Amino acid sequence: MTALIILLCFILITIVLVQIGKVTELTAQIKGEREVLRDNSKWNGLLSLIFLVVFLSGVIISAYEFKNVMLGYGPHAAASKHGAMLDALFNLTLVFTGIVFVGTHIALFWFAYKYRYQEGRKATFLAHDNRLEVWWTAIPAVVMTLLVVRGLNAWNEVMADVKEGEDYMEIEATGQQFNWSIRYPGPDNKLGTRDYKLTTAGNPIGQDFTDSKNWDDMIPGQELYLPVGKKVRVRIIAKDVLHNFYLPHFRVKMDAVPGLPTMFVFTPNKTTTEYRNELRKYPEYNEPFDLADPTGPKRWEKFDYELACAELCGKGHYSMRRVLKIVTQEEYDAWFKKQESFYLTQVRGKADDPNKGKMTLPIEAPIRAKAFGESVKKAVESTNATDKTLQLSFINFETGSAKLTEDSKYELDNLVTALNTYPGMSIAIAGHTDNVGEPGANMLLSVERANAVANYLITRGVSGSRLKASGYGDTKPAVPNDTPENQAKNRRTEFTILGGGTTNPS
Amino acid sequence: MAHVISAAETLEETLTQELGFNDHFHEHHHGDKFQSNFLTHYIFSTDHKMIARQFLITGIFWAFIGAAMSIIFRLQLGFPEADLVWLKPLLGKWIQVNAAGIGKLDPEFYYSLVTMHGTILVFFVLTAGLSGTFSNLLIPLQVGARDMASPLLNAFSYWAFFLAGVVMFLSLFLSTGPFSGGWTAYPPLSALPQASEGSGAGMTMWIVSMALFVVSALLGGINYITTVLNLRTKGMNMWRMPLTMWAFFVTAVLGVLSFPVLFSGLLLLMFDRGLGTSFYLSEIVVGGQVLDRIGGSPILYQHLFWFLGHPEVYIIILPAMGIVSEVMSVHARKPIFGYRAMVFSILAIGFLSFIVWAHHMFMSGVNPFISNFFVIFTLIIAVPSAVKVFNWITTIYGSNFRFNSASLFSIGFVSMFISGGLTGIFLGNSAIDIQLHDTYFIVAHFHIVMGIAAFFGMFAGIYHWFPKMFGRFMNETLGKVHFWGTLIGAYAIFWPMHYTGMAGVPRRYYDAGASFDAFRHFTDLNKFITVAAIVVFFLQVLFIINFFYSIFSGRKMTSKNPWGANTLEWTTPIETGHGNWPGNIPTVQRWAYDYGKDGKEFIPQYVPLGENEHDHGNH
Repeated sequence: MTALIILLCFILITIVLVQIGKVTELTAQIKGEREVLRDNSKWNGLLSLIFLVVFLSGVIISAYEFKNVMLGYGPHAAASKHGAMLDALFNLTLVFTGIVFVGTHIALFWFAYKYRYQEGRKATFLAHDNRLEVWWTAIPAVVMTLLVVRGLNAWNEVMADVKEGEDYMEIEATGQQFNWSIRYPGPDNKLGTRDYKLTTAGNPIGQDFTDSKNWDDMIPGQELYLPVGKKVRVRIIAKDVLHNFYLPHFRVKMDAVPGLPTMFVFTPNKTTTEYRNELRKYPEYNEPFDLADPTGPKRWEKFDYELACAELCGKGHYSMRRVLKIVTQEEYDAWFKKQESFYLTQVRGKADDPNKGKMTLPIEAPIRAKAFGESVKKAVESTNATDKTLQLSFINFETGSAKLTEDSKYELDNLVTALNTYPGMSIAIAGHTDNVGEPGANMLLSVERANAVANYLITRGVSGSRLKASGYGDTKPAVPNDTPENQAKNRRTEFTILGGGTTNPS
Repeated sequence: MAHVISAAETLEETLTQELGFNDHFHEHHHGDKFQSNFLTHYIFSTDHKMIARQFLITGIFWAFIGAAMSIIFRLQLGFPEADLVWLKPLLGKWIQVNAAGIGKLDPEFYYSLVTMHGTILVFFVLTAGLSGTFSNLLIPLQVGARDMASPLLNAFSYWAFFLAGVVMFLSLFLSTGPFSGGWTAYPPLSALPQASEGSGAGMTMWIVSMALFVVSALLGGINYITTVLNLRTKGMNMWRMPLTMWAFFVTAVLGVLSFPVLFSGLLLLMFDRGLGTSFYLSEIVVGGQVLDRIGGSPILYQHLFWFLGHPEVYIIILPAMGIVSEVMSVHARKPIFGYRAMVFSILAIGFLSFIVWAHHMFMSGVNPFISNFFVIFTLIIAVPSAVKVFNWITTIYGSNFRFNSASLFSIGFVSMFISGGLTGIFLGNSAIDIQLHDTYFIVAHFHIVMGIAAFFGMFAGIYHWFPKMFGRFMNETLGKVHFWGTLIGAYAIFWPMHYTGMAGVPRRYYDAGASFDAFRHFTDLNKFITVAAIVVFFLQVLFIINFFYSIFSGRKMTSKNPWGANTLEWTTPIETGHGNWPGNIPTVQRWAYDYGKDGKEFIPQYVPLGENEHDHGNH
């Protein structure tokens, strides 16, 4: 309806204007060419002046009105170390261009007014003036030189990579339609290698999990944290199409390109809280954050640094938002400790895990040891007989033999620890196989393997009297042997707490 | 003034008789048998003046479409809550109606609109519509030639452009929509149909259309260069050419050198899309699918694209500069100030335009060291540009300035060129570009400096040479409403974008940044911009009405040289036939800018130099 009204208004105005146009053309013919020229001169000369005044004051008033979005000014100051330098360069350029802008506009429209057609006036024949032209070639050249030198100094400093031996932390941003994955190195401070061909739903950025550097890497899901004052090197890459890693408050922007890693180095120098307190001083930030909730929190209270995408990447381009918090080193460390390894929480033991069933990874050993201890404690405290049987994970034997593989010892050492914790406890060790092969041979193998486990424990100082080893072959499958996966589950070593666990831990 | 002109006309006839060059034109052509029926005269014409009109009217058609698209996406940006269900009859499924019956623009189609707006305006309107129109119209007329060097190739140039338009137009009706990956068509987005709907058939048609457009630009460009170099009339040496000729000539050279590079870039893109090559693709996982493409670089495409893309902005602005120089000088009744400096600055800008392309790519992952050179060359362009601006202003200084629609638009051009050019100094400095790259600041910059400014140059040209094209004048009252309204309106649209740009709001955001706390506080400004855009759009419709109305009912031209101009196009008859001059071709005796010299208001180029008089072009 509004559209229709606007359209009708336009048609009406057009008709009126066309009629006026026709009429003025007719009167012009009556008035004669000179009269028309005079009229034109009068009105358009005047309009030139009015436009000059209105335009320049509009520019100045609007600039004042929007001063708070000017780079480096008030609430729009950079939150990074290098940002202030860029903001200063912006403002230096603004001064020079501002002078030229105002000066040339005054000249342009003032001359148009002043030298408007007047009967009898002769235009000055002024074809060129070498001295003037040299001046206005030289002055812009000098100003440009200044700006280029300042600009390139800043540019080369900002874009420089970290130097060897420098103290910095590294994170990695991966752009994809339509979100960012940000990867932090774990406690080893090293990001693991990637191979895009390994990308699956469970391994979204194609980490190579045979690389031990990947095992502790973290991909925090929600808010991102960085410590204030610490140099950050961001590795930037894209999975599918071009994206751009854009942190407006930090003056950081760099394309994310598939197949071509880029980077940006910056140092945040204001924490989120500090920035909020800055914003608090400005009236527009004291308005309610949510206009629908006027009593709710104010804008400055809810302020957060944001990550955006600044390279067209498809229909969801506008929605790639992430929140970034800059905090003190202590707060960062606390946050960092809470983060979990992506591999260990999301991939380990799943179908995609290249290390599946292989061994307890060194990084996992303490975690597994803790978990094992807890499960033993639970079994000991349980009154339910079925809870007393526990499975030993990661116990492997060489094919067809009863020789324990090297990495089985992590789990067996956990068992030794448990037996030492409960000195009165005795256990039964049970070996099981699947139904592949001849049942008699399976029985024999399972007995030998149970004995191998017991023997290992004895070599670690556990008294043989506390151990009872037996083999059951394929007679006690945990699940029906109907799929290869289930058969794998049935090849297992278990132990059952027989008694003595109730004695107080030593 | 009428008596002056009639005296001049008698003088002109005498001089053309005495000094003109007799190529025995009238003995060979008893009427033009090749342009005799409606079809050959108006449609498949080989007359450069008819082809110019074809380019112009096709350009106006595309300008209307492109501008209408911008109004639709501006509605989305300014009034995101508005119900667009009334557009459903036009846009069909691209308006999604939700459960409450509110119609919303589909995000994919929003990006299609933005992409098509850019492509159409840059190539179809401001390249073909501007350079195509005025190079065709003016080159033979101003250098004193009967037609282009090859009128047939010239016609092919138009028809290749026409076909490019047909293909692009048809792509608007694809069920997957026209291409939506931005007018720069960066791969991998443009190479992978899985990444975006518009990258399917829409992109294929976009490439085919652009390939046809390159053909058109090359055929036209070769013709313009050859005509300027070889078909100048006797006495018309290079330093006597009007600045329009210099501008069109350098524009054509830029086009011929750079369009093939775009074509090669698009060809490789086509291979990546259709033949499974990996020129631009490497290590891509899209839609959960791991692609077997390794070793390409998306940045290679950007180099090839911007090797055209940057000269392209000068292909757009140089003709406007030439037109403005000419129009301004004629109506100031005063020579263009610093003719030779103007020529050298055109040449300098043309040369520099080839070594600054990577300033579009500071943030794209190229080695930051390389950017040093591109910063230097880019900011050097400010020097010849500044020279041109100061020279235009000085041309007005001390003049007897005649205000009409044409001359007003030439002043408007200078204002826009200053405003938009100055922001280029920010963006060309890579350190500042870190923050401003791909924000609304750049949108403001290029729209003002090469969008609005080029349009103003084009309008100046249309109002000025309309009598030459159609034998009638455009309505001056409507023209002045058009000028003042557009001048104010265009600034109202684009000036505020500097502020949103400084605040960091990225361009090409469907929701104008509503999901970001840092970007979402400009809703009033966005509304204001949209309203201004609608007003300006209506003003352009008014121009189109004035244009077509004046073709049929405008005030008739009664004398050959209504503006009192020096250049040769005003020596041809009012009804200029194919071949331009019925008899001898006038010969040129002086430069084009003897206005107000020795007490005479103007001295046309065919008037011999007096004793002790020297030629200001050749000093």
